[in-house]
Amino acid sequence: MGRFILRRLGVMLLTALCLTFIVFWLTNLYPNLEKLAKTQGNFRMSDEAVTSFLTREGYLQPLPVKYGQWLGVLPGHTFTDDEGKTTGKCIGREMAPEDAPRFCGVLQGDWGASTVFKDDAANIIFKRLGLTGWLMLAVMCVMVPAALILGVLAGMREGSRTDRTLSTVSIASTATPEYVSGVIFIAIFASSAFGLKWFKGSATSAMDDITWANFTLPVVTIALYGMGYIARMTRASMTEVMTAQYIRTARLKGVSFPNIVMKHALRNALIAPFTVIMLQFPWLLNGVVIVETLFNYKGFGWVLVQAAGNNDIDLLLGCSVVAVFVVLVTQLISDIGYVFLNPRIRIA
Amino acid sequence: MDPLSWGEILVQIFIRFTPVWIALLTLFVVSIFYKRKLGLYGKLFDSPIGMVGFALVMFWVFTAIFADLIMTHDPLFQVSGMKNKVPGTPMSSTAEEGMFTHYLLGGDNLARDVFSRMVLGSRVVLLIAPLATLFAFMVGITLGLPAGYYGGTLDTVLSFLANLVLAFPVILLFYLLVTPEIVLTGLPTFMAMFLFVFPLVFLVILFNSRYFTQTTKRNVLVATVLIVGGSLYLSTISQPGTPVNFLPPGLDMFNIESGILIVFVSVVFVNSPTVFRIVRGLVLDIKTRDYVAAGQTRGEGPWYIMLWEILPNARGPLIVDFCLRIGYTTILLGTLGFFGLGLSSESPDWGSTINAGRRLLSVFPHPAIAPALALMSLVLGLNLLADGLREESLKD
Repeated sequence: MGRFILRRLGVMLLTALCLTFIVFWLTNLYPNLEKLAKTQGNFRMSDEAVTSFLTREGYLQPLPVKYGQWLGVLPGHTFTDDEGKTTGKCIGREMAPEDAPRFCGVLQGDWGASTVFKDDAANIIFKRLGLTGWLMLAVMCVMVPAALILGVLAGMREGSRTDRTLSTVSIASTATPEYVSGVIFIAIFASSAFGLKWFKGSATSAMDDITWANFTLPVVTIALYGMGYIARMTRASMTEVMTAQYIRTARLKGVSFPNIVMKHALRNALIAPFTVIMLQFPWLLNGVVIVETLFNYKGFGWVLVQAAGNNDIDLLLGCSVVAVFVVLVTQLISDIGYVFLNPRIRIA
Repeated sequence: MDPLSWGEILVQIFIRFTPVWIALLTLFVVSIFYKRKLGLYGKLFDSPIGMVGFALVMFWVFTAIFADLIMTHDPLFQVSGMKNKVPGTPMSSTAEEGMFTHYLLGGDNLARDVFSRMVLGSRVVLLIAPLATLFAFMVGITLGLPAGYYGGTLDTVLSFLANLVLAFPVILLFYLLVTPEIVLTGLPTFMAMFLFVFPLVFLVILFNSRYFTQTTKRNVLVATVLIVGGSLYLSTISQPGTPVNFLPPGLDMFNIESGILIVFVSVVFVNSPTVFRIVRGLVLDIKTRDYVAAGQTRGEGPWYIMLWEILPNARGPLIVDFCLRIGYTTILLGTLGFFGLGLSSESPDWGSTINAGRRLLSVFPHPAIAPALALMSLVLGLNLLADGLREESLKD
């Protein structure tokens, strides 16, 4: 088990390095840098001015060197201009060049600065992650129990009318992406056209104060799309368990049906959904980006869209580090959890 | 002219869809009549869920085909005085003679007809989604078969790459690939060059491995594929205005609008790793069967076994996944449109229309609701169809 986890961690690290390198490469392509120079300086910059700006900021070094500097394994870029004034990546505004640390990358905890929000990238990301955390927590609290109940009820008696109805419901929910259900919910429950103004169509106020009115629609919108998939997996695993030998034995012994479901079937039927729920996190991330944009809730997904739309290199890299980290960690947990939950699987 | 009530609007819409109803009715009558002779397709008509799904999908397919007959107005034409009007509003006095008398589903924020845009949007969606899914399958199958069959280093490397793409948050990837600055560097075109080779490679290997012993037949088939497919391939990737532009105008048969090409490429790129994983898993399972061992003993080549022994036996799950994946691709296309990436903002596709309508959602919801319901019904139809197919293919 120890070696298995170590190997998984190694692959995970390699994946994270590759992915951040790809994002780094794409954001550092020359047209992107040119746009960055022009938004930082002015839009009518000449080509020479662009080049000198990029040289001063160290953007024209070879890609692996830049990546190493960003990561913090190579010493930060420094530049001495004609007047002998030294500036550099690691040298703060009120800092003498001699006092500055040599390395300043992600490994040293320096995530760079956002050019759009004019703030430290790490500050922005962790503040916004907190907001998204509340959203995710609420979604999980709604989605997981609802999906499990739906799946277990449908899988309990395969082919029954309940099964057919609930299966169709879960298919319908997987067919409704967030931007469709969100639009429909806002139109029905928050617009003046239908007159039902039960909830608010914007979750901006939920950033300070979460209330029933401003948080229900975003949460339900995300939960609905993820719910169907988990419910279907739960149903599949439940129907498989219900045909097992020991369930038949229990029935023949005269155990009541609710007892069989609750005590015998459920525990085994919930192993597969656990993996699915963990693997659902990356999809939730997707949903979070859409819903935060639609409902104007300024969390992590909203920052990602802002950073990507404005080619805010450091912030975008920070966002992708967090996103990739979430995806890989949930994969790891689901793998390890699966082994722990299912004693039949042994990994040497 | 008086505004229409909701009942009248529904009747009018029903009448506009007449060609679709006729086509749908004919298809169903013929299919049900001959269903015993039609194999898996015919069996679909034994399952009510599959039939509902098929009807929904075919409704949109026929709508896409007959879009020109169904549309009431030009989807780009703006009529002054019709901005954000509610469904059923009669045309304002500025409208020209001979136009349809009402905006059936109202006007959008640029005073265009919501109904016509929704109808034409089906054409964009149904052109890109199935084709992109097909390409993703070609890529996934061509790479997944050897990965599962040979295993070893090839499998490790390819699986690592697939997991790499899958670990990428989709929206981040879209933003990175579809921004105008990246398009300038020609990256999407290079990706198109890489991804569009796979159907060619697939077909060549397919025929080569089958008719390896019948040299003449093999040569003819492979040559046909190379000439027809190759010229299509070259015309597709050679685009004026991008770094890849090598064909003289006379030889370049067609040019795809660059927005559509980029969207297409990114959707194929996102989908193919999942297909790869499914195919690889199926091959790992099937390659232990006796008929594969028999083929190996007969001395068949590895590609013959992969493409003509293993692949046909993996078709059931692949067909089901194909239906589901078209739905998922439709959702991805909508996501791209929702973020205003790729397709031009004038494009009538459903994602872009939802994006345009969401700004005024709490005051005028109708411009966004019509495409949202359309997208939902198409994806629902595809999912129900896949469910029906799965159920029927498991029966025997």
